[in-house]
Amino acid sequence: MAVLRNLLYLLVYPGILFLFVYSTFCEWYDRKVFARLQNRMGPTHTGKFGLLQPIADFFKLMAKEDIVPEAADKGLFNALPAVGLAVVSTAALLLPVWNFDLGQPGWTSFSGDIIVMLYLLSLPTLILFLAAWSSTSLFSTIGGARVLTMLFGYEVPLFLSVLSPALLADSWRLAEIAAFYQKRPILLLANVLGFLVALVAVQAKLERTPFDIPDAETEIVGGTFTEYSGKKLALFRLTFDIETVVASGLLAAVFLGGFPGGAIVGFLHFVVKTLFVIFLLSCIRAMSSRIRVDQVIALSWKVLAPLALVQLLVSILLKGLLS
Amino acid sequence: MSFEIPIGPQHPALKEPISLRMTVDGEVITGVDIRLGYNHRGVEKLAEQKTWIQNIYLTERICGICSHSHATCYVQAVEKLMELLPPRRGLYIRYLVSELERVHSHLLWLGVAGHEAGFDSFFMYTWRDREIVMDLLEMISGNRVHYAINTIGGVRRDIDEGQKAKILEGVATLRKRSEYYFAIGANEPSFVARIAGVGMLSKEQAVSLCAVGPVARASGVARDVRKEDPYAVYDELDFELCTADSCDVLGRVVVRVKELLESYKMIEQMVRNLPDGDIAVKAPRKAKPGEAVSRYEAPRGENIHYVKSSGADKPERLKVRAPTLGNYPATIEMLKKGFIADIPLIFAAIDPCICCAERAVTLVDAANGAESIVRMSELRRRALARAKNAPVKGNAVWPF
Repeated sequence: MAVLRNLLYLLVYPGILFLFVYSTFCEWYDRKVFARLQNRMGPTHTGKFGLLQPIADFFKLMAKEDIVPEAADKGLFNALPAVGLAVVSTAALLLPVWNFDLGQPGWTSFSGDIIVMLYLLSLPTLILFLAAWSSTSLFSTIGGARVLTMLFGYEVPLFLSVLSPALLADSWRLAEIAAFYQKRPILLLANVLGFLVALVAVQAKLERTPFDIPDAETEIVGGTFTEYSGKKLALFRLTFDIETVVASGLLAAVFLGGFPGGAIVGFLHFVVKTLFVIFLLSCIRAMSSRIRVDQVIALSWKVLAPLALVQLLVSILLKGLLS
Repeated sequence: MSFEIPIGPQHPALKEPISLRMTVDGEVITGVDIRLGYNHRGVEKLAEQKTWIQNIYLTERICGICSHSHATCYVQAVEKLMELLPPRRGLYIRYLVSELERVHSHLLWLGVAGHEAGFDSFFMYTWRDREIVMDLLEMISGNRVHYAINTIGGVRRDIDEGQKAKILEGVATLRKRSEYYFAIGANEPSFVARIAGVGMLSKEQAVSLCAVGPVARASGVARDVRKEDPYAVYDELDFELCTADSCDVLGRVVVRVKELLESYKMIEQMVRNLPDGDIAVKAPRKAKPGEAVSRYEAPRGENIHYVKSSGADKPERLKVRAPTLGNYPATIEMLKKGFIADIPLIFAAIDPCICCAERAVTLVDAANGAESIVRMSELRRRALARAKNAPVKGNAVWPF
């Protein structure tokens, strides 16, 4: 029975099937918001309101010819998309929406899971770099170098801003952090600055405008994905969709008071809050133009990192005040 | 790490084929080489086989964006050659279409600049509003792209009171929107961060490299055929020459938006003061022997057509100098010491129209770089031989 339960947990809810459906829905939502902000319609054709468009895109890509460059490192090139998908799906299991017991830490919710989550969210970036490097194309190589350069910029502000609410809540466990803020919602206001910094850093992590530098089509064609096609590209796109869900879930858990109210109400909280975060991300995407990679670094270290430090200071002072 | 990246002949940033070979050191460009000749169309040779009237429609097809510019430039030259004086009303309508074309070209360019900078919202908005002016052009001429309104000695279609009112209404809307875009283009931080200080071209360089149009004007060179050598109706219109001193892509954006606002002013003046009378005079079938040069300020810069007549019903020679060609030397200077990320922006900032500017082709051996001159029949024979010897390609296999 336990085996069956675990299997269902991994494959159906909240495993790969649910993640697939929900992340494609989020992609549709993101595309629709982005399109409406640009005075366009967005997807309308496939399914009701174009809801099935991302799924149709996925299956279309799955059926397309899959080309591996002669000069590529074949093993790495083929394995990386699957590894990337596995990594972000694992990260999704750690969200405190499903299968956690506040009193009893288990293997999906334990002290320090916020660190594991951040680590698992960093891995796709490295995988992306390796994918770019192993495909050996000129444009991919430049894209890969840009991925890593950007990583050195946004990663520190993201960590600082996500960990300072944890500091205030005095816990490294997502479920406990969320429970702490559910008890004292007023303290969420102390983390607004950190939320904004984390929002920008997540935008950079997801490589969306203004940080879509590694795959800037007008500069370096497909960037990191130049040589990827067919199934592998489909998996990479799915990876990014799921990463969007996970990252917005993380922000919601840490900054927006988590998902209280048990399985059903908690799930509704999850949907509303992730969609809210994705809405903000779409707004940033619609309102800015792509900046240069050196400007990303400057922005990260001159603006985001100091702001994140201020947030950290606020958390520490507040913690002293409260105790 | 220094290596060469090829931008083009096929690249998502380029809508037309040109090859930019960039030597880059990390993200910084150290050397630039531009190669042309991927889209030679033989327009000039073709013009020698067509009559004066037929050539209007040929020259109109040199460019898809500034179609009216080339047709008007050609017609001006032929009218000079035939010593024709088109009626005032005809001229007003002709240059009204010119200014509307400038508006649509600049709006299009603004969108492209936004897209190249990754600012897709800007692109969507400007292109939405470009539809207004496209509709006006369609209403006046019946066509959206190749207006075909010019004829030797005037224009082919008149405009009535209802159309006048619609033009004024459309221009009023566009003016409001353009002012908004001006505010965005000059103030949105991420956009300005991308374009300010990028693609520098000093005033001296702009003069010595013979930059034309908005590129020269953004470097502070007050060069505009409409002001320097006012043709047709431009000496009767009240407008200002727009320049900027920042010498970068931001300056080119500012100049173009200012020109939009000046064009709206001119359109309103021309519509309000449209004289009465005929729209065209009858043109002779043949032109007297002689030659004529015509200059015209196209949206992209100065356009020059040279026409030579031997007294027949066809030109003996037509030479077209599209504005893009004048801007290539300056582009190389602008690209140097820039970032890879700036290539599309800098290149797009000259508003390149590559196949308008293609006048010659060089055959270069890919293996050893040797140049050769080959007859068309020989090229054809080689192509056929190559196709015959090519290996048979496998069919695609359905994956399931």
